[in-house]
Amino acid sequence: MSTREIISTGNDLAAIASVDAGCMFFGGYPITPSSEVMHTISDLLPKVGGAAIQMEDEIAGVAAAIGASMSGVRSLTATSGPGISLKAENLGLAQMAEVPLVVVNVMRGGPSTGLPTRVSQGDVAQAKNPSHGDYKSITLCAGSLAECYTETVRAFNLADRFMQPVFVLLDETLGHMHGKAVLPTVEEVKAGIKLRKTFDGPAEEYHPYGVEQDEGAVLNPMFTGYRYHFTGLHHDKNGFPTEEIETCRKLIERLFHKVEAHQDEIDSYEEYMLDDAEIMIVAYGSVSLAAKESIRHLRAEGIKAGLFRPITLWPSPVEAIKKHTDRIKKVLCVELNIGQYHSEVQRAAGRLDIDGLFKVNGRPLSPYEIVNKVKEL
Amino acid sequence: MAFNYDSYLRVEKMPTLWCWGCGDGVILKAFIRAVDKLGWSKDDVCLVSGIGCSGRFSSYTDFNTVHTTHGRTIAFATGVKLANPTKHVVCVAGDGDALAIGGNHTIHGCRRNIDISLILINNFIYGLTNSQTSPTTPQGMWTVSQKAGNIDPTFDGCKLAIAAGASFVARENVTEPRKLEKVILEGLKHRGFSFIEALSNCHINLGRKNKMNSAMENLDWIDSITVSKAKYDKMSDEERLNLLPTGILHQDNEAAEYCDMYEEIKKVHQKQRKVITQDDFAKKI
Repeated sequence: MSTREIISTGNDLAAIASVDAGCMFFGGYPITPSSEVMHTISDLLPKVGGAAIQMEDEIAGVAAAIGASMSGVRSLTATSGPGISLKAENLGLAQMAEVPLVVVNVMRGGPSTGLPTRVSQGDVAQAKNPSHGDYKSITLCAGSLAECYTETVRAFNLADRFMQPVFVLLDETLGHMHGKAVLPTVEEVKAGIKLRKTFDGPAEEYHPYGVEQDEGAVLNPMFTGYRYHFTGLHHDKNGFPTEEIETCRKLIERLFHKVEAHQDEIDSYEEYMLDDAEIMIVAYGSVSLAAKESIRHLRAEGIKAGLFRPITLWPSPVEAIKKHTDRIKKVLCVELNIGQYHSEVQRAAGRLDIDGLFKVNGRPLSPYEIVNKVKEL
Repeated sequence: MAFNYDSYLRVEKMPTLWCWGCGDGVILKAFIRAVDKLGWSKDDVCLVSGIGCSGRFSSYTDFNTVHTTHGRTIAFATGVKLANPTKHVVCVAGDGDALAIGGNHTIHGCRRNIDISLILINNFIYGLTNSQTSPTTPQGMWTVSQKAGNIDPTFDGCKLAIAAGASFVARENVTEPRKLEKVILEGLKHRGFSFIEALSNCHINLGRKNKMNSAMENLDWIDSITVSKAKYDKMSDEERLNLLPTGILHQDNEAAEYCDMYEEIKKVHQKQRKVITQDDFAKKI
C-alpha cells in the first residue's frame, strides 16, 4: 500500500476524503465545531463538478443531501449534536426509504447548546437511534487524524453497500486537531469505491425494495427510465405505500436484518497491547490517544494495561469485546460522557463490574487521569 | 377525442384516497395536461410531495416521485435540482406543509429563485388530520383546535412568495380548471422559482363544520373570495378586504436562477478566474 502525508485538520480531512470517495453533493448548515467541513467542501466540490449548498437550517441541509442521494449522487452532510437532533426525522426517512448518506458529526458538549466549542462524546447514544422507529444504525468513530479521512471513505462505501445513512463521529478535539496524517493515495481510494447496486433489466421487472431479507434496496438513479417511488410510509416492493401486514413486518425486519446479517463487513476495532494485558481500557475517538499514552506510562511502571478501541461503534463489536472481557478481569471504560458506551460494553461482556472513567466538563481527558484511575482499580 | 390521462398516472393506485368531490383531482389533471403540453418526458420529471392529502399526489403520477417528510418538500427538491440542473423538479405541498411547518423552506426556495415549481394546494384547513387550523384558515371559522372560531390572522402565501423573491407567483381556483392549467403551464415553463397557489375545497373537514355542507357550497365560497387580478387591481383597499386575486400575480423573467449562478461558481473554482461580483447577476434591465 502506497501512502502519502498530509498536514491538515480532522474536519478538513473529512471533507477531502468525501470528495476523494466520489461525493458530489453537500447540504448543510453552519454549526460549531463542524463548520470547517462545509467550508472546505464548498471549495472542493465545484472544482470536480459537484455542488455544495448552505441551506436555511439543519433540517433543510440533510433534506437536500438526501434529495441529491435519491437522485443517485453520493452525498454528505456534516453537523454537531444539536444539528443531529434537528435532522433526526429526515434521517429516519433515509433509513426507511434506504437512501445512502454520510453524516459527519463533530461532537461537542450537550445536551442543548451545551459547550459549543469544547469536546465531548455525548452523541454516541444518539447516533444509535437518532430517529423514532426500528432500524439498525451504522456508526464509525475516528480515533486519529488519518482515520478522519479513512473512516469517511469507508462510510461512503458502507452507505452504498447497506443503503442507509452512516454516521462518522469525530469530536471537537479531532476535528480541530492540526497535524500530519498518513493517508492512502487518492488512486487507491478511488479503486476501492464500491457504488450502490443498480438494476439494468426491463423496467417492468424492476422492484427496488423487492430484495432478499438480508439485503438493502436496489435504488437506480433518477431520470434513467426506472420510475419508482420514495416514501417514509411503510411500502411495498416498488416503494408504494401499503398497510399489508406481512409486507410491513418484512420491511422493518429487513431494515434491521440487512445490517445484522453482515456485521462482519462493518466491524472494525483496534487491539493495542492486549495480548498479555491484565487491565483492559475501552476508549474511542480522541480519548483513545490519551488512553494509549496512559498505557505506555503504566507499562513503564510494570502495570500490564492494554486498549480495546472500537472503530465501528454501532453495531458494536460484541464478540470481540466479550473475547477480552472473558479473560481480563479489570475493564475500564473511558469516555467523555457518562457511560454511553459503558452500558454497551457491560451488555457485550455480560458483566456489570465494568469500571468507568467519565468526564463531562468539556475538557479532554489527560493520560494522567487515566493512569491514576487504573491504579485505583 | 378526450384527453387521455392514463399514460401519466399510476392507474393501479386508483382510486385515490381523496374524498368524493375533492378539488385535488382537478389540480392533478390540470398539472398532467400542462406537462403534456410541454412535451416533457416522464423520465425527466421529479415530483416531490410532503405530508397530508396533497402528499399523495406523488404516488399517483408516473414520474420519478418522492414522498418526503412534513413541510420539507422544497428542501429535498433543492438537492435533486442542484444535483441535476437540467431536469424538471416540481413540488406539491399543502397549506400546512408549505406555510406552517415548512414555511422556512418556502421562504428560502423563493429567495434562491431555484428553478423549482411549487404547486401549493390551499384548502384552508388540515384536511387529512381532521380539521385543525391552518395558516390560511379564515378568521372566525370553526376548527377542531379552535372550536370557538379561529383567532389566528390569515396568511397570504402569494404575498409571502413575492416578498421572498420568487420570480413567478400565481393563484388559481379549482372551479376554473382551464385557467389553473394555464398558470401551472406558465409556472412550469418559467425558469426560476414558480409559486403556484391552487385554491381547493375540503367540504368534509372545512365545509361541513362551517355551513358549507357540500363540495358545491365550499366551491361557491372559494369563488366568492376570489377575483381576477385585473379586477382586483382596480379595486379600493376597502373592496379588496378578504378577497384573493387570481391569475399571474408576479413574473420576473430576468431574475438570476440559482443553478445558473452555481454554474458560474463552478467556473470560478475550475478556472481560477475572478470571484463572482454583484454585477454578474445584476438584473438585465
